[in-house]
Amino acid sequence: MSQRMILGVEDLSVSFDGFKAIDALNFYVEEKEIHVVIGPNGAGKTTLLDMICGKTKPSAGSIRFKGLNLERMLEYQITRAGVGRKFQNPTVYEDLTVAENLEISYPHKRNPLGCLFFRRDAVVLEEMRRIADLVFLTDEMNRKAGQLSHGQKQWLEIGMLLMQDPQLLLLDEPVAGMSARERERTGELLKRIAEGRSMVIIEHDMEFVKSVAHKVTVLHQGKKLAEGSMDRVQNDPRVIEVYLGS
Amino acid sequence: MKGSKLPIACDADNRLEVVLPDNVHPTSISRTVRLGTERLRRLYPIVILAIVLLLVIPAALEPFRLGLVGKYLCFAFCAVGLVLAWGYGGILSLGQGIFFGLGSYIMAMYMKLEATSADPAAAVFGAGGPPVPDFMTWNSVDTLPWWWAPFEHVWFALPAIVLLPSAAAFALAYAIFRKRIGGIYFSIVTMALASIFVLVIIGQQGYTGGTNGITNLPTFLGYSVQSDQAVYTLYYVSAGLLILTILAGTFVLKSRLGKVLIAIRDQEDRVRFSGYDPAMFKAVIFAIAAAFSAVGGALFTLQLGFASPSISGIAPSIEMVIYTAVGGRLSLIGSVYGALLIGGAKSLFSEQFTNGWMYFMGALFIVIPMFLRTGLAGLVSLVSHKKVRAS
Repeated sequence: MSQRMILGVEDLSVSFDGFKAIDALNFYVEEKEIHVVIGPNGAGKTTLLDMICGKTKPSAGSIRFKGLNLERMLEYQITRAGVGRKFQNPTVYEDLTVAENLEISYPHKRNPLGCLFFRRDAVVLEEMRRIADLVFLTDEMNRKAGQLSHGQKQWLEIGMLLMQDPQLLLLDEPVAGMSARERERTGELLKRIAEGRSMVIIEHDMEFVKSVAHKVTVLHQGKKLAEGSMDRVQNDPRVIEVYLGS
Repeated sequence: MKGSKLPIACDADNRLEVVLPDNVHPTSISRTVRLGTERLRRLYPIVILAIVLLLVIPAALEPFRLGLVGKYLCFAFCAVGLVLAWGYGGILSLGQGIFFGLGSYIMAMYMKLEATSADPAAAVFGAGGPPVPDFMTWNSVDTLPWWWAPFEHVWFALPAIVLLPSAAAFALAYAIFRKRIGGIYFSIVTMALASIFVLVIIGQQGYTGGTNGITNLPTFLGYSVQSDQAVYTLYYVSAGLLILTILAGTFVLKSRLGKVLIAIRDQEDRVRFSGYDPAMFKAVIFAIAAAFSAVGGALFTLQLGFASPSISGIAPSIEMVIYTAVGGRLSLIGSVYGALLIGGAKSLFSEQFTNGWMYFMGALFIVIPMFLRTGLAGLVSLVSHKKVRAS
């Protein structure tokens, strides 16, 4: 693992009822890299993210992040270490307002006593306002998150991740269900927030992938099929076969 | 101020408000005033409850009836705790009777030892050691068990009423929630524990008084708890503590802890990825609910003069849940009215329809959560919102 690597996944495997969802996978992410994972349905893309963030425990292999062994840690510990996860279906706290969603994502005193005496001071408010502005939700601060449109929920979830200030963001289909205009804005947003962070993104929309990816990894049946720049991957005959053939 | 940015402040309800410099826009003043009156309006329910409990009820009722209301107030502590644990934390406990019972028994242990030390006959059985309560000697327990001894001190017993049940609740709940067992399974566990708790008390007659419980508790700190004067005093103490409990609950719900609880209730798996350990939060709120119940139990013993397994089992535990469901599981204050209403109705009707009454309670428990999820409090806020909109 070189100095510039932030995430190193090695020999990672997991099976569900004998089905190998991920099979001896090696996968690296560099600092400040936007790394997109593509592949057909069932290739193991979401499973990979699930294992990095602790939602699924691997059956073999290691996940190193900043000198930590993530495969031995619990979800909340991984989050606190600086890994943020956005799920495929936007999962926000629907009964809370946009402001409250951002507030509880703020990484400070995440224990019961600390939360009981937490004050929204100027620093927290400033941060909430900055993030809300970034994810186009400044005017929605007092609305219940459940009342937002699908695209706005996606943005809010990205905003909640940004509040956590992670070094590694795991985004599962961040533009799914968005209009063309929303996609464009989200692409801009992701590029802007990528400064100083690394990202792993799962996405099907090839135009979108082309516009944001530094590096693309193609997964197929739990294994790495190809890796490199978008151009290289798109012209790889094996990739073409998987996507177009059989 | 830099550029065109406006300072943003935040009111008690965590709504963001833009504070305009008051020399710029006169509308800002009316906005602040409006927010002020809104905040005041939010105090109405607790003020009304305080007036009802501290002024209206004591003035309207004779000591016997007042004593009954005092008893319902004890159960209201459990109902308030259930609003936190069930309404906001999503933890449906069918075993709050355990903690009510623990609080009740701890108070009874103190009062029993006080009564015993005042009784010269008891010292004979102590054989030189501390005097032994009468029910122990009837069961051939001739020396005071070591774990009874500290409860003769009021400085030990009073903190223990809060600390022991909440510590037990925390340990139990954390062990279960850490294994990611929740929902209906947790409810079943609490119900089973309530049943076991009663069996243990009945089985260990020599140490607990068995089915009869601990009785003959005439004094607390030397004061009689049986006089008419005491009925009034204890009623005011109960009502006062209940209002303090509601204020404490409000503080919890208004804090970030309250927000995290709602988040856990609705999206427990997601909360882990916000960096929280849901098991810890759920165990804490369960422990707080247990502490509230225990205070209610201790006040019950003070007012009724006994502790008994009959108030710790499954049936009273479920009744507490019904109080909360009827009053409103999202309303701390509503749950108090639920306890008063159902408790009062129970006393009035159960004499005539001993068996029928239980069916009625069961039906309430099914019908209210089905058709009136937020209980009476939800109904009231619905009506008052309509009124505001109409005006």
